[in-house]
Amino acid sequence: MTFLRQSFIVFRRQLRMNLRNPAWVLIGLMQPVLYLFLFGPLLEPIARQFGYANSWTFFVPGMLVQLGLFGAFFAGFGLISEWRDGVVEAERVTPASRTALLMGRLWRDLLQLFVQALVLIGLGYALGMDASAGGAALGVVLTLLMGGACAAASNALALTTKSEDVMAPVINVVMMPVLLLSGILLPMTLGKQWLQDVSDFMPVRWITDAVRTSFLGEFGNDRMLWGSAWALGLFAAAMWWGTSTFRKEDA
Amino acid sequence: MIQARGLVQTFTTREGRAKKEVRAVDGVDLDVAEGEVVGFLGPNGAGKTTTLRMLTTLLRPSAGTATVAGFDVVRAPAEVRRRIGYVSQSGSTGSFARAGDEIVDHGMLYGMSGADARRRGRELFEQLDLPGMWTRQPRSMSGGQRRRLDIAMGLVHDPTLVFLDEPTTGLDPQARANLWQHIAGLRTERGATVFLTTHYLDEADTLSDRIVVIDHGRIVAADTSDNLKAQVAGDLVDLEVVDPGRVADVAARLGAIATGVEVEGRHARGRVPRAAVAVPPLLRDLAVAGTDLATFEVRRPTLDDVFLALTGRSLRDSGAASEDPDPPGSADSPDSPDRADSPTTDTSRPTGVRA
Repeated sequence: MTFLRQSFIVFRRQLRMNLRNPAWVLIGLMQPVLYLFLFGPLLEPIARQFGYANSWTFFVPGMLVQLGLFGAFFAGFGLISEWRDGVVEAERVTPASRTALLMGRLWRDLLQLFVQALVLIGLGYALGMDASAGGAALGVVLTLLMGGACAAASNALALTTKSEDVMAPVINVVMMPVLLLSGILLPMTLGKQWLQDVSDFMPVRWITDAVRTSFLGEFGNDRMLWGSAWALGLFAAAMWWGTSTFRKEDA
Repeated sequence: MIQARGLVQTFTTREGRAKKEVRAVDGVDLDVAEGEVVGFLGPNGAGKTTTLRMLTTLLRPSAGTATVAGFDVVRAPAEVRRRIGYVSQSGSTGSFARAGDEIVDHGMLYGMSGADARRRGRELFEQLDLPGMWTRQPRSMSGGQRRRLDIAMGLVHDPTLVFLDEPTTGLDPQARANLWQHIAGLRTERGATVFLTTHYLDEADTLSDRIVVIDHGRIVAADTSDNLKAQVAGDLVDLEVVDPGRVADVAARLGAIATGVEVEGRHARGRVPRAAVAVPPLLRDLAVAGTDLATFEVRRPTLDDVFLALTGRSLRDSGAASEDPDPPGSADSPDSPDRADSPTTDTSRPTGVRA
């Protein structure tokens, strides 16, 4: 109970500060909108080539994963400036649980992602996406798991490096292969066999596939199983890393 | 309130390829009684903040034990945290948050209800001269206001023991004097025990009942300001003669009542115990001998003199000392360079003096 209350205090503080910044709200909402309107139409003529009758049903799940990845990857940057202001230390000198300090921040990141996902999917349906409602809901759950993993990792990285200058290149190095090999924008099946083989090693690719099949309303297949397993596994691993970083002395 | 025995903190740093172990805090013993105000004085990098971070549970000691506010810092950190307030050097509030929100959230993390934290926060804003700052963002506050806000953050849960890390660093003289009043009020008005680090002599002198001096991670002295100054063995007497030819004669006469006499140009200086009584006869003798003095000065020992006597270095120019902490054993004979050759410097460095 105390743990939840402490997490909530941290969460409320984070959310309050974000909401007070109109740029944060606006950019957060514009991201899915811009992707849909400016990139979505490019896919329309070629969607049939990779077996989708409706390009939005292909594109929206990909965008969902993309939002989960990218928004969350950058979540840690805010933590660095908080650390510099002495906020992290001030929180650590209270009896509050160290895990709650991380959890409150994760809730904020997950709420942001959830709202973005609702906007994205709502717009998707408005544009003519043909997806099963239950599948879309499951897709959001998978995305939240993956986004939570990225946000926890990003926070852990922030508290470890304590420098934007160190963290930015690290994130870029991680993000490039993730973006290229996960089939977010175009399906990996368009590529040559060797490229598909390489992408087999990219966990996010499995998650992307799972979210796509889930939107199609196909739940009982291998892709679904692998994607869910990867999402859960990544989430567990990142949570472990994040909490151990926040618990560490002198973090 | 605080009882520390043999606190050690070692860090590993890299020097090229070789790893080097640095003992930032090297066996610190400390005792602070309830209601005391103790100044923890030392140059930058002496180990003040590291010691403080161990006492406030932010850093686990590499060795040694510490009991703070009745609980062991390693075994019961949460109990310690509940009872202490910590005002860190780096601030405590988000630049873009609102001051009032920060203090309420902080209080709530200590388990206070929102209403309690709000009432307490308002009260503290009143007491710490922060009127109308409740909705202000810390980034648009002055340095002094922001420090007072940090202190309010540290006091919101009514701690019985307050740690202040370099509370007035970077403030202008007026803001410092103002902050000193508030720090002094911590004890007089709230009965709190206060442990503050500083590298300002005047600050330690003004605020503390007792001063603990740390250098190279070791405690080199712990006593009241007056007693520490008494160790320097006398006031500094500086005589400037009109005729440079007479300076040797003046130095010889001064030597009869002073220790550590030295000559520099037309100045003869030495440490004279109870100079107010001892110097008038000397002046009379000089007048009889026909030696004219251009100037004459008696200076009471300062904490800087104390520090110099204890460590062989002046506090004012020892900022870089942090880079190369002495290996254990090599720093036990602080031979004073120029002046202050007081008898106390002959004794070996008193490591781990019990406060």
